[in-house]
Amino acid sequence: MTSVTSAPVPARVVLNQADIDRALTRIAHEILEANKGSKDLVLLGIPRRGYPLALRLAQKIAAADPTVDAAAIVGQLDVTMFRDDLSHQPTRPPYPTQLPRTGIDNKVVVLIDDVLYSGRTIRAALDAIIDLGRPRIVRLAVLIDRGHRELPIRADHVGKNLPTSSAEKVRVRLEETDTAPDGSSVNEVVIEGGA
Amino acid sequence: MKHLLSTEDLSLANAIRILDTAEEMAAVGDREVKKLPALRGRTVVNLFFEDSTRTRISFEAAAKRLSADVINFAAKGSSVSKGESLKDTAQTLAAMGADAVVIRHWASGAPHRLAATDWIDAAVINAGDGTHEHPTQALLDAFTMRRHWAKLGGTGSIGADLAGMRVAIAGDVLHSRVARSNVWLLRTLGAEVTLVAPPTLLPIGVEQWPCKVSYDMDETLERGVDAVMMLRVQGERMNASFFPSTREYSRRWGFDDNRLRALDRLGLKDTIIMHPGPMNRGLEISAAAADSPRSTVLSQVKNGVSVRMAALYLLLSGDTREPAATPTKESN
Repeated sequence: MTSVTSAPVPARVVLNQADIDRALTRIAHEILEANKGSKDLVLLGIPRRGYPLALRLAQKIAAADPTVDAAAIVGQLDVTMFRDDLSHQPTRPPYPTQLPRTGIDNKVVVLIDDVLYSGRTIRAALDAIIDLGRPRIVRLAVLIDRGHRELPIRADHVGKNLPTSSAEKVRVRLEETDTAPDGSSVNEVVIEGGA
Repeated sequence: MKHLLSTEDLSLANAIRILDTAEEMAAVGDREVKKLPALRGRTVVNLFFEDSTRTRISFEAAAKRLSADVINFAAKGSSVSKGESLKDTAQTLAAMGADAVVIRHWASGAPHRLAATDWIDAAVINAGDGTHEHPTQALLDAFTMRRHWAKLGGTGSIGADLAGMRVAIAGDVLHSRVARSNVWLLRTLGAEVTLVAPPTLLPIGVEQWPCKVSYDMDETLERGVDAVMMLRVQGERMNASFFPSTREYSRRWGFDDNRLRALDRLGLKDTIIMHPGPMNRGLEISAAAADSPRSTVLSQVKNGVSVRMAALYLLLSGDTREPAATPTKESN
């Protein structure tokens, strides 16, 4: 027996609940600053984890600017049908797309996702948006930017830049969508695998 | 799920998955750009050996909304009328690179034959075969019922089944593939089905089916029912005298104005009247019933496009394995 069993690399927590909260607070203020206020602002979360992040950002924007109704500026944008890997991946059931009542025409749309990686999801999201209307500006806010872009896409607002190797996995767990293995609620970002 | 051939062997998980996906597809119909790029570059062949208006148009609209290329093939005016066999037709389509074949055939089992042989390596969707099955019709009926009841209950329809719902399917059950597909699918979804028909229009062995059988329409209504599905009296298949006269049929088994009033009298204010179309107005359904607010005929047609989009999307995108059959990995 010469095989050496390497111990699995333990998952490393890179953002905990308080870190996520601080990052989102900063992004919320950045969004307001870049937009010079809350006028025409629409936040579109990409399922699954972009949507709860969009809801949290809307709460923080409403806290900073009392004229904003948090529920009225948030929507969900499903990009499943616009992906370029549909014929290479297992079939994904689509999620609902819900736009704010005001629509997105001539609005400042901020796309929200959890992890920016290849950029292909955002490419699909841009196509999906064009079929729904014509926003004045589209911006992108992500919790994690882990690099390894395959398309000329960048984020306007980033929670944390995380240099990773492509062998690693970045997992975002939010209490709205995930539960810890022991069943308790979680809010964390972890890196798994890699060397 | 590689093919959609029947509802009899459709698992509950797959049925719910198709209905849930259709729910998202329905939203596309309300948008400004009614098109999704999901099946770009895929070819869908509508292979129709039997006449059809709404099913063919519905499949065509569904495929086009998903950006697939559609080839329509009608047996009339094709080489089939010169005596070409199903095998040769299928192999011709395979050589042209069809990714999905939507087939309607007068012979029960023709879609199974196409799916089971190596004539063509495409997803096969049964759009009605003989007197056997018409699965997408049953799925769109279930979708229509699920939406109606979700609206009444004020709950979302995603993930819901039809448990406890009472559905009466009335009319020419003997010749109806719609009735068969509905009986199997509604059983899977947990609804309670009663077939109402004259004994001559019930198939042999119907007592083995997972449903109740009644010969009396009024008695069925009185017992309470959430949806009444009227079947078309299929004149083209009436090769024997199944009932004495159309007037007698209409009076005893048709949904006429008296029965429409009876629904109000019985306090069944939320009961819907369904019909797969085409309707014989005045025979199995009266004009007043067909045009009443209870009638779901037009929403059934509208939902048909969504359900067929869902079926095409789930069969043609990606890696299409049975979700129910999760691999049980054995480590040794």
